[in-house]
Amino acid sequence: MDFTGNLIALKSIWIKECVRFLRIWVQTLVPPAITMSLYFVIFGNLIGSRIGEMGGFNYMEFIVPGLIMMSVITNSYSNVASAFYSTKFQKSIEELLVSPVPNYIIVLGYMGGGMTRGLLVGLIVTCVSLFFVDIQIHNLGIIVLTLFLTSAVFSLAGLINAIFANSFDDISIIPTFILTPLTYLGGVFYSITLLPDFWQTVSQINPIIYMVNAFRFGFLGYTDVNLAVAFTVLTVFITVLFITALTLIKKGIGLRH
Amino acid sequence: MTVALSISGLTKTYKNGVEAVKGIDLKVKKGDFFALLGPNGAGKSTTIGVIASLVNKSQGKVEIFGHDIDTHLELAKSKLGLVPQEFNFSMFETLNNILVTQAGYYGVPRNIAFERAEKYLKQLDLFDKKNMAARTLSGGMKRRLMIARALMHEPKVLILDEPTAGVDIELRRSMWDFLQELNDQGVTIILTTHYLEEAEMLCKNIAIIDKGIIVEDTSMKSLLATLDKETIVLDLKQPVKKVNLNGYDFSMSDDHTLEVDIVKSQGLNSIFEQLSAQGNTVLSMRNKSNRLEELFISLLNKNKASNSEVA
Repeated sequence: MDFTGNLIALKSIWIKECVRFLRIWVQTLVPPAITMSLYFVIFGNLIGSRIGEMGGFNYMEFIVPGLIMMSVITNSYSNVASAFYSTKFQKSIEELLVSPVPNYIIVLGYMGGGMTRGLLVGLIVTCVSLFFVDIQIHNLGIIVLTLFLTSAVFSLAGLINAIFANSFDDISIIPTFILTPLTYLGGVFYSITLLPDFWQTVSQINPIIYMVNAFRFGFLGYTDVNLAVAFTVLTVFITVLFITALTLIKKGIGLRH
Repeated sequence: MTVALSISGLTKTYKNGVEAVKGIDLKVKKGDFFALLGPNGAGKSTTIGVIASLVNKSQGKVEIFGHDIDTHLELAKSKLGLVPQEFNFSMFETLNNILVTQAGYYGVPRNIAFERAEKYLKQLDLFDKKNMAARTLSGGMKRRLMIARALMHEPKVLILDEPTAGVDIELRRSMWDFLQELNDQGVTIILTTHYLEEAEMLCKNIAIIDKGIIVEDTSMKSLLATLDKETIVLDLKQPVKKVNLNGYDFSMSDDHTLEVDIVKSQGLNSIFEQLSAQGNTVLSMRNKSNRLEELFISLLNKNKASNSEVA
């Protein structure tokens, strides 16, 4: 197909994905708003008021960027993981496999769907947070860039998970056993400067530290990590995950017999 | 002759060691209505899977309108429409969305895709369901939806893997008319089916596959011409206890029904003459089974026998 044809194909996958998560909005858009409201009330208001300051900001202000980022991460990931695995399960993936859509368009299309849901949920959670705290913006460009790159990373990771998955259990194992611990230990609720030196060094292996801190910098102008390192980590992850997803689809792993 | 589909030396061995296809050579010419028949597990769906890029082949070459699937896969795919055996659309999407999205995968702009969706949904009598989720459709409707979906990019070759399975006779006949019309418009059609009457009625050429090899590849006409014996069922007006038919093998299935084996050279006149002379009136006459069915079974038996000899 020519460039226009590829663009139409990309748009088709993206629209299909958006229609899918909007059709089931009660499952996809409402739960993050409720969960995050609970976080704001319990950790921000009730417990946070007793914690005092963190990194020079009141606790609620400190955790809001991390909580927004947490919802972007989990929603980008789970959107692509469940959408792509469902197409495998229902065999509707064959609609794509028999068509002349290039593999990179398939990857971009699903990535676009995951990013859209991640960003939309991020926006909803941000709006919810306004009920609890006055959000300040230090650098809008950093906020937007971090959001886009992080949602891209986790959309691609969700796609790879779905490619390998053989059952619905397989798409919940990674979020439960890897993604959630990494997110909770990724500086959402605390500054890593509170940790002993050894654990500060260990924390730097966790990629989510960089995403949360870059995002927090956009709001508060405060970060525990170097921003250049953070954006390098994000770019490297996107590149490696994109090439991996593309190779897997090209080889037909989990898709063709 | 323009060749729509060319397969040479195709083999497929699955990871579990099953050799589903053992070296198939096949050519389907442009505009043909081609039947690919075979018993369950013969290798039909694997062959179709390879042609449609759903199954990775082990060896061999597949070309669709001259485009090799190894070197020009996207071009080859753009010429092909597939109606698979199993329902493979999202059950939660509306018919319109399924069709328009599928057209988009082939680069068809959305405005044109909506027009085509309307056209095919109307032709296949599904238009009033266009905004309903696919899961609400009956089995026959789902089959028609898959045909509509396969046509959205106006393919030159349409492969239908048992398109009328589980479809009632009235609907089956309307689908036959629709497919015949498509073929008349120049679309090459390749059909697999277990209804041999369907293949005999629609197809010009036929290949029979068994245990991963092609055991027959010829025109429907010449295949049927090889049938030298048929069993005719005669319904008699009066009940009879005994009938004499010199020169024919026959049996009484009940006192009103006579089954006679007729060799091609024998003709029917003598049967009627002898029955009339014995005071019997024939009310009606029919073939005991479909002619193609008899040939199909005899070819499969022949293949079974030759395999046993080799073993």
